[in-house]
Amino acid sequence: MRVREGEKETRIVVGMGTCGIAAGARDVMSAILAELAARNITDVTVSQTGCVGLCEYEPLVDVIRPGEEKVTYSYVNADKARQIVNRHVVNGQIIGEWVIARKQ
Amino acid sequence: MEELALHILDLVTNSIEAGCTRVIIGVDEDIHSDSLTITVEDNGRGMDRDLLTRVTDPFATTRTTRRVGLGIPLLAEAAGICDGGVTIDSRKGRGTRVIARFRYSHIDRMPLGDMPATLTAILGGNPGLRVIYEHSVNERRFTLDSEEIQSKLGDVPVSDPMVLTWLRGYLKQSLDEIGGARDEVSGGPRKDPQGSTGEDEGPRR
Repeated sequence: MRVREGEKETRIVVGMGTCGIAAGARDVMSAILAELAARNITDVTVSQTGCVGLCEYEPLVDVIRPGEEKVTYSYVNADKARQIVNRHVVNGQIIGEWVIARKQ
Repeated sequence: MEELALHILDLVTNSIEAGCTRVIIGVDEDIHSDSLTITVEDNGRGMDRDLLTRVTDPFATTRTTRRVGLGIPLLAEAAGICDGGVTIDSRKGRGTRVIARFRYSHIDRMPLGDMPATLTAILGGNPGLRVIYEHSVNERRFTLDSEEIQSKLGDVPVSDPMVLTWLRGYLKQSLDEIGGARDEVSGGPRKDPQGSTGEDEGPRR
């Protein structure tokens, strides 16, 4: 999916295909939701998507900040998910070493 | 997959990819008749007869039927080895219903697992989706309708992370009260879920 013009909210997308779920995507989703709740963050939209063909890199998480490129993280676990929320979603710092793809 | 709750999440993901707006998730732990039944029923686009015959075959998947992959075959395999099986009813334009049956006490039946985590993941990742959850343990029953919760919340969406944090605790407590998902101990069901005091009767893993 593309970032729509004028979109204001950051979006987080968790891969929830069979491959993602088998690799631990539910824990990742739970960690993201818990971290957003703990930090009282309300301007972030969380959604799920199916298999995108990168099964061997699951769990995958996309972060799309308004006006920025889509960043896809691979091999995400609960701990990485919390750091992605804190460092990227909140502070805007992309965690380069975990990134598998970037797309405008 | 190590939990049936993960298979349920997988089935619901299929439903979402079929464009559903409402999904009914049923878990029936009928310990008296030694059966565990999982039902996922959606109002998505449904499947025609041709696709329906192929969903249990992992090797028949093509690019144009991407939503069909390993999920159903894995579930069918898991149910099959537990003296059960998977049946799928679907009508094009109406929706799909998947029923998975297991012998409750079968040694190879994987535990139900963390249903509160599965349900909050579904609600958190799919704002606007109506989720109806029905869980019964023998004659005891728990029901949750996300639309009912939404009507009480007013402007705050059910998918709000803070609502989900509360909901997860509420679900856990509610399932504990009916004695649901108490099957983590391997080797079969606990002997007397009805008369339980809520204390663990064996080591949990």
